[in-house]
Amino acid sequence: MSTTTERVLTRSAPAGHTPARQKPNWSLVTRVALLLIAAVLTLGPVMWTLSTSLRSPSESFRLPPSFIPWDPDFTSYAQVFQQLDIVILVLNSALVTGLIAVGQMVTAAMAGYAFANLKFRGRGALFSIVLATMMVPVQVTIVPVFMLIRGMGLSDTLLALILPAIPTAFGTFLMRQYFLGLPADLAEAAAIDGATPWRTFRSVYAPLAVPGMAIVGILAFNFHWNEFFRPLIMTISEQNFTLPLGLVSLQGNLGTGSISVVLAGVVLSMIPALVVFICGQRALQAGLTAGSSK
Amino acid sequence: MSTTTRHREGQKHAAKPAASGTAPARSRRHSQRWLAWIFLAPTILGMGLFTLVPIVASVVLAFFRWDIISAPSFVGFENFATVVQDPTVRVSFLNTIVFVVVAVSLQLALALALAVMVQAKMPSWLRTFFRSAFFFPLILSAASVSIFMRYLFNEQFGVVNWFLSLAGIPAVPWLTTPGGSAAVVIMVYVWQNFGFSFLLFIGGLASIPTETYEAASLDGATAWRKHVYVTLPLLSPTTLLASVMAIISALQVFDQPYVLTRGGPGDSTRTAVMVIFESAFQRLEFGQASAIGVILTLIIMAITAAQFRLSKRFVFYQ
Repeated sequence: MSTTTERVLTRSAPAGHTPARQKPNWSLVTRVALLLIAAVLTLGPVMWTLSTSLRSPSESFRLPPSFIPWDPDFTSYAQVFQQLDIVILVLNSALVTGLIAVGQMVTAAMAGYAFANLKFRGRGALFSIVLATMMVPVQVTIVPVFMLIRGMGLSDTLLALILPAIPTAFGTFLMRQYFLGLPADLAEAAAIDGATPWRTFRSVYAPLAVPGMAIVGILAFNFHWNEFFRPLIMTISEQNFTLPLGLVSLQGNLGTGSISVVLAGVVLSMIPALVVFICGQRALQAGLTAGSSK
Repeated sequence: MSTTTRHREGQKHAAKPAASGTAPARSRRHSQRWLAWIFLAPTILGMGLFTLVPIVASVVLAFFRWDIISAPSFVGFENFATVVQDPTVRVSFLNTIVFVVVAVSLQLALALALAVMVQAKMPSWLRTFFRSAFFFPLILSAASVSIFMRYLFNEQFGVVNWFLSLAGIPAVPWLTTPGGSAAVVIMVYVWQNFGFSFLLFIGGLASIPTETYEAASLDGATAWRKHVYVTLPLLSPTTLLASVMAIISALQVFDQPYVLTRGGPGDSTRTAVMVIFESAFQRLEFGQASAIGVILTLIIMAITAAQFRLSKRFVFYQ
């Protein structure tokens, strides 16, 4: 063992330092070049969208395409407000997404806490059922959910989008993991102090749960802000449309009429997602890949 | 709660720490159970109403004919028979399978190659930039992405054909031919989703101990051999997870083909979920839609089970 380490040290020391100083590291250059091509292909379409939305409607077809808005023109942004009830769409999307996010954060925190820290009969079995529901695709249950919503008299309302989306298996799973990660002696100390289970939750665990709830909220926001399938089915009248649905119908109405107007709408719809991306990228990545480690 | 009672309870705990049958301990367990059910009520009731009941209802509905207007009538396996013989449904399932095979292979290959390249030595700001760039499309809405991609792939004024024309390639009729449409749907889907597999692979690569590579270098392994004999086997649990997740979500593809092509031209980009949507909400054949949904769910379950079976043979767990 000791000889191996010595050999590693003696060999890797010159190998790791000298070539970098003497000649360009060709493997690094190739790698970065390939990665740059991939990054350009990934970000290019978005740059084109932004930059074309900032061309005037008559210029928007002109080739060569533009990828950087050197000379921004905001006509299309003014027009999108005239051609589309975009204020209503934004309000609908914000209301639906916001209420789903808050609802998921609260219910997932409560259920996750129960599964992590409270003892009751049937806990394991119930948690397995919750996990199993994650595997059922929304498209399979959509017909009965649609009927149910109709039966409740909620068809073509925003509540039809909000209510079925609040119970969250994934959020409950995330919050359970989160509470299990908190030190257990907190609960023991509280119990010794004679705190009731409710007080233990309210004064000890609930304040600590905020970062975990934030991840649930960010994931819910990102998913439902972009959702298309359910709004397409659940809403009929345009005043109940959410943004993605409104934009798709705008594109359908205009055909290929003025692409910069449609793209201006697309850019506007991306802003909240962009804010989340800038502020909560870490949380979003952590949440999305949670559960991948066993 | 007054200080005296708290004090007394504290004393009791101190006196008999192991006894769980004492009155306060029993009432604690009792109130824990109560709190648990109160906390679980919204989630359990909501899931029961909006997931479990609909699953059962969906299976039951598959055996009925129902158009919402008249009363449902039991038809046995008729819906399944109709659906299996329907040429549109058949071609849609076939399209979905081809889509899953091609899109998932591309997505995983791309994600793995990029993850390996990003994880190798480079300045950390550059690594952060690449990670954010590849992650970025994930936060966008598939509908919005499909809207702008439809313009990019336009035959006359699309940017893609403009770049091809620079290379002397004549305009490709992307969205008006069956092959072109299928290619666009696949490219747009992979463009948006490879970042997720990429993130999973980054996590998997980070968990491979560096000593393994050092040992391989000692034995004189080249970079390529290290990939094949160290990275790939040690990464296989991640690869399995990434492929299961990618396949399950690709089987449910809807937004991209709906916005890009509406399933056309002809039925060339119609997918399984699109026929569920059309049967139910355009033709009001709710029973048939449920039958297609049940078939799709069975396929998803079978593939998931098969992958975990295979994993026992091929996946290398440390």
